[in-house]
Amino acid sequence: MHELSIVMSIIDITEKESAKHNASQVDEIELEIGTLSGIEMPAFDFAWQQAVRSTLLENAKRTINEIPGEGLCMECDALFPMQQLYEPCPVCGHHFISIQKGKELRVKSLVIN
Amino acid sequence: MCATCGCDANASSSIRQIGEDHDHSHDHTHDHTHSHGHGHSHSKTIVEVEKDVLYENNLLAQRNRGYFDAKNILALNLVSSPGSGKTSLLERTLTDLKDQFTCYVIEGDQQTSRDADRIHATGTKVAQINTGKGCHLDAHMILHALQGMKPVENSILFIENVGNLVCPAMFDLGEKERVVIISVTEGDDKPIKYPDMFHTSTVCVINKTDLLPYVPFSMEKVKEYARQVNPDLQFIEVSCTSGEGLPQWYQWLKEKVLLPQSV
Repeated sequence: MHELSIVMSIIDITEKESAKHNASQVDEIELEIGTLSGIEMPAFDFAWQQAVRSTLLENAKRTINEIPGEGLCMECDALFPMQQLYEPCPVCGHHFISIQKGKELRVKSLVIN
Repeated sequence: MCATCGCDANASSSIRQIGEDHDHSHDHTHDHTHSHGHGHSHSKTIVEVEKDVLYENNLLAQRNRGYFDAKNILALNLVSSPGSGKTSLLERTLTDLKDQFTCYVIEGDQQTSRDADRIHATGTKVAQINTGKGCHLDAHMILHALQGMKPVENSILFIENVGNLVCPAMFDLGEKERVVIISVTEGDDKPIKYPDMFHTSTVCVINKTDLLPYVPFSMEKVKEYARQVNPDLQFIEVSCTSGEGLPQWYQWLKEKVLLPQSV
């Protein structure tokens, strides 16, 4: 359940950013979560519901941009969609892969009031 | 309020230096003590935050890393599922290398100081972090454990993470190397069932090799699966019971303890 720690970090970032702008309310939050980031979405949702209570994010609309995994084969330079870390390159079958996308875990933007 | 990092001082994780007179408990809550005032200006602002969620942890991890580099401390993050033999490996290692290196241990468990007591019995300086409900150590806990520990230069710091093959993968502690430990009783497909941990580790210690005759575990398969996730992963096969393979592990440690560079 590291998802709870992740949600707590998101709340922390939100509160710091809101304080900078003297905001008393957060209307929207936009997150970027890669499919290879190690976040289980059901666990994340569960943690979110519990953790945002009595915080600035309690009533905020949450938008999650899910970023699909993308690997670059270090052997043959093929760029391919990646669902799992153990997938071989679909072109040459090698496992020397550099992850290009999918590890993202970011607070992209806030709409504050 | 902690002067180093500004954390507030209420309970959820605690740190104890084992074998010392006083306890330095260092506790946290995630209370939100600000008021939720309701202003009536309705001007909306979009703030482009663009901030990594783990930014805070990664920042503290880099501070720890700088501290380790400056003092030439080899910091290792030992990760595994519960029961793979992390503490047994440490007990053997600390006893066998006692005369060659100064070692320190940070123990992470949800509850009790049982592991730290075992380490303390080997004569090694040890701090126990109890994470309470938490499932992993983070860089912040390590920072505070170090403050009580004050490790000397050219030493080895073993950080035994909470037994969990999932959550600790995401949290950089500032370690030099991440060592994943798997035992032959666990099944050889662990690396692809829990790929994140094997992906982020540099060395894989395969423990309990003395039990190989009794379990359907293929050494070839486990390595093949692990290399699918991480082609650069190194393997060291050991048995903490029979002592087989331990010289290889000690050799690896010796190679990693860099001698201070003269300028």
